[in-house]
Amino acid sequence: MTSQDVHFYQVGSFAVGNRLLEQEERTVQAQVDRTNSIDSGHRACQGCGEALGARYALDAAMRATNGQIVAVNATGCLEVFSTPYPETSWRIPWLHSLFGNAPAVATGVAAALRAKGIEDVRVVAQAGDGGTVDIGFGCLSGMFERNDDVLFICYDNEGYMNTGVQRSAATPPAARTATTKAVGAEPGNTFGQGKDLPRIAMAHNIPYVATATVADLHDLERKVERAMEFHGARYLHVLVPCPLGWGSASNETIHIARLAKESGLFPVFEAEDGVVRSVSPIRRRVPVEEYLKLQRRFAHLFGPHPRLDVIARIQSMADANIERYGLVSPESLEESS
Amino acid sequence: MKLPFAISLDIGSGRANHTGSWRVERPVYVDRLPPCNNACPAGENIQGWLYDAESGDYEAAWRKLVEENPLPGIMGRVCFHPCESACNRVQVDEAVGINAVERFLGDLALEKGWTLPKPGPDTGKRILVVGAGPAGLSATYHLRRLGHRVRLVDSASHLGGMMRYGIPAYRLPRAVLDAEIARIVAMGVDIQLDHVVHDVEQERHDGKFDAVFLAVGAQLGKRVDIPAGDSSRVIDAVKFLHQVADEDPPLLGRRVVIYGGGDTAFDTARTARRLGATDAVIVYRRNRERMGASGEEFEQALGEGVTVRWLSTIRKFDGDRILLEKMKLNGEGFPEPTGEFEELDADSLVLAVGQDTDLSLLDHAHDVTVRDGSVEVLDSMMASPSGIFAGGDAIPAQRTATVAVGHGKRAAHGIDNFVMGSDSVPKVRNRLASFEQLNTWYYADAPRTERPELERIRRQTNFEEVVGGLSEDNALFEARRCMSCGNCFECDNCFGVCPDNAVIKLGGNMRYEFDYDFCKGCGICVKECPCGAIEMVPERN
Repeated sequence: MTSQDVHFYQVGSFAVGNRLLEQEERTVQAQVDRTNSIDSGHRACQGCGEALGARYALDAAMRATNGQIVAVNATGCLEVFSTPYPETSWRIPWLHSLFGNAPAVATGVAAALRAKGIEDVRVVAQAGDGGTVDIGFGCLSGMFERNDDVLFICYDNEGYMNTGVQRSAATPPAARTATTKAVGAEPGNTFGQGKDLPRIAMAHNIPYVATATVADLHDLERKVERAMEFHGARYLHVLVPCPLGWGSASNETIHIARLAKESGLFPVFEAEDGVVRSVSPIRRRVPVEEYLKLQRRFAHLFGPHPRLDVIARIQSMADANIERYGLVSPESLEESS
Repeated sequence: MKLPFAISLDIGSGRANHTGSWRVERPVYVDRLPPCNNACPAGENIQGWLYDAESGDYEAAWRKLVEENPLPGIMGRVCFHPCESACNRVQVDEAVGINAVERFLGDLALEKGWTLPKPGPDTGKRILVVGAGPAGLSATYHLRRLGHRVRLVDSASHLGGMMRYGIPAYRLPRAVLDAEIARIVAMGVDIQLDHVVHDVEQERHDGKFDAVFLAVGAQLGKRVDIPAGDSSRVIDAVKFLHQVADEDPPLLGRRVVIYGGGDTAFDTARTARRLGATDAVIVYRRNRERMGASGEEFEQALGEGVTVRWLSTIRKFDGDRILLEKMKLNGEGFPEPTGEFEELDADSLVLAVGQDTDLSLLDHAHDVTVRDGSVEVLDSMMASPSGIFAGGDAIPAQRTATVAVGHGKRAAHGIDNFVMGSDSVPKVRNRLASFEQLNTWYYADAPRTERPELERIRRQTNFEEVVGGLSEDNALFEARRCMSCGNCFECDNCFGVCPDNAVIKLGGNMRYEFDYDFCKGCGICVKECPCGAIEMVPERN
C-alpha cells in the first residue's frame, strides 16, 4: 500500500488559522498579538468588507515591516468611519488630507522620509474606489509614472457608499445605485469598459500589481508581504463587499467576495513589471447568478420578469475574464461546456 | 496638557464608542452533537477522539475512546460503523474512515501496552455478570471503574462470547480479542468459566450479589422444518462456527449450502470456503436489497468465491441434493412461493436463519418479563426492580457487538444507581449538527483512504485477517478528514473574519469569546465558521 506525506490539515489552507500549523505558517490574523491597525469601536456598518480588508492589509504590512509604516488615507468611508473628531480607531501613524490627493501626499511622505535619511519606514496609501479610479486618478497615475516608493491599496466596494451609494467608474454594469436607477430598458449602470485599474496600473510598468478579496486571507496577506519586498510604486486592488450599497445581508460579506472570484467576475492575480505572473484558479465555479442574486442592487434582474439577456451579458464578462487570465484549467472548461 | 497648534481636544480612541449597542442579534458559541456520535451504539465521542488523533496525540485519542468503549481493536474490525453512514462528509466526498482509525488506535494501544483506567475506589458492592460477550465485558469494565466488584461467569471455556464463537478469526484475529479482554481482566475481575447458570435467583442468593447483569447472548440456532433424509448432514450455523472456533470443525464436504441472508450466513460461507469447500452457496428467500448482511461482508464473500441464490427457499434435502423453490416478493416485500423448482447439489446444509436466547435461568425470576424470547428492560437496562439487569442479544435490539457494548455501559450505570441508591441524572444531549450548518469551503478536498485487503487467493485457504490496517500516515490523514461537525476546533476563522475585532482568542484549547461591547451582530463569524459551532440568538432588550 502506498503511504502519503501528511500535509493536510483538516481545513486545508483556507481557514484563518489552524492549531496544527507551525506558528510562522499561520496568518497574521490568527495571531493574538496582531496589530489590529483599525481598532474596535469604528463606525463602519455591520459586516463592512472595507474595515475588514483594511485590517487584513495593514496588519500584514505591519508584520512585513516590523511595525514601520505610515498610512495615508483618502477621503471616503474608511476615513469617515474611523476618525470622527476627536476620536481615532487607528493604531498606526495615519494621515488624511483630501479626497483626491492621497497618492500625492503619500509621495510627499516618502520624500520626507528619504530627505531625513529614514530608510526603514515604509509608506502605504489607501483609498476607496472613488478616491482611486475617479477623484485621485490623476495623482495616482503620476505616482505610478514617477515610481514613487509607495504601496497604494484600493478597497473597491464599487461605488460612493458613505455619501449615499452613487455610481463610480468601478460600479459594475446593471448595478442599481442612487445615480443609476433600476428603470428603463437598460436598468442600472450602463455596460461599458469601466476603469480596470489593475490593468491601467500594469500599463505603467510599475514593479508590482495585484488583486485580492477579503475571502482569501492567505492570498491577501501573501500579496501585501510580496509588495513590501519591492521599492517603487506598487498597487493592490482588494474587493470589499458593501452590505449597505450592494444590498446584501451583513453576514454574506465574505461569501459574496468568494462568489465574485469563483464566478470569474473578479479575477485574482498578481503581475510584476507589467506581466501577469500568477492567477488564483477558480476552485468551485459558479454561474454569475449565484453572485448577483444575493445583492439587491441586482434585484431588478430577477423576480417574475427576469432579465436573462442582462444576466447573459454579465456572464460573458465573467467568461472573458476566465479566458483572459486562465482562471480555469482547460480540462475543466471542457467538462463544463 | 499642551496641544498642537489648532487642536483643541485631546485625542480620543474610537474604543469609547461601544458599537455593541447596535446589535439586535448576538452570536454565541455552541457545541452540537456530531452525527457520528449520535449514531454510535456504544456512545463513543468519535469527534472528540478524532480531534486528538488529528494532532498525532494517539494516546489521548485512545484514552478518550476507551472512556466509553474498552474494545477499540475489536470494534475497529467488527463494528458495522453506523457512524460512517451518518458522517456529514458523505455529502462532500466520502465518509471519514472512522472504523479504520479506531482500529489503528486499538492496535497501537496493544503495541504500546497502554492500560485501561484504574478501577474506582471499592464500594463493597458485588455484581454478578452472566455472559462474557461484548455486553458482559463492557459492563464489567464500567462496573470496575465505578468501584464495584464483579464476578463474570460464562458457560464456555474462554471469554469473549460471540466475538470468539460467532465471528471468524479472519475478521477478528484471536490475538487482538485475547489482548483486549486481558486488559479488562487485569482490572481485577473474579472469573468463572465453564459455568452454566441454571437459576439466576439461586446463583445471586448463594453469592450474595447486590445486582445481576444478564448478557447471555443468543446461542441457540433457530431450526426450520426441512424434510431431510437420515443421511443428510444438517447443522446450525451457531454450532458450526463455535466448533470451528474450538478448532474442531465438523466435516461439511465439498459442496456446502447455507440457508439465510444475515452476517452469520456469510461468515459461515466464508469459513466453509476456508475449510476446503469448493462450492459455498447461500440460499436466501429475499433479494439483495433486503438481506441482513453488511455490504462489506457481502462484497468480501463474493470476492472469495461465495455464490448466492436470491429469492429461493429450501423445500427438501435428501443427502446430496437440495430442492429449491423460487420465490417472488409481494407488494409488501414478503417472499411468496412461485411453484417453480430447481435442484442443487449439496453435501451438507447449514442453517443460518436466526438465533434464540436460552432464558431458562429466569424461570424462577418471576418479576422479569420475557416476551417473544427476549427480556424486557427499562432505559437503565433494568429488567426487575429487585436488581436484575439485562442487555446484549438477550433483549430486543439490533444484535451486534457494538450495540451490546453500549448496553453493557448503560447497564453498568443503571446498576451503579441501583446499588448506590442514587438517582440517575439524565444526560443532556446537544442538538444535532446538520450538514447545512457547515461551511465546507474551508475543508480541503481529500478522498478517503481505503484499508488494504488481503489478496483473494490467500484468503481462500487460511484464516489470516482479510482487512489490513492503516499506516500511521494514513490514519492521521483520515483523522484529519473529520470536519468536527458542531464542535469548535480552533481554526481562528471567527477571530480573523470579525470586521470589529470583537472576538477574543483565548488560546491553549480555551477557544474564543465574544466582546459584546463591540460586536455589531453582523453574523459573518456564524456564516464563515466551518463546523457550525456559532449561532445567532436575538437580543432580549
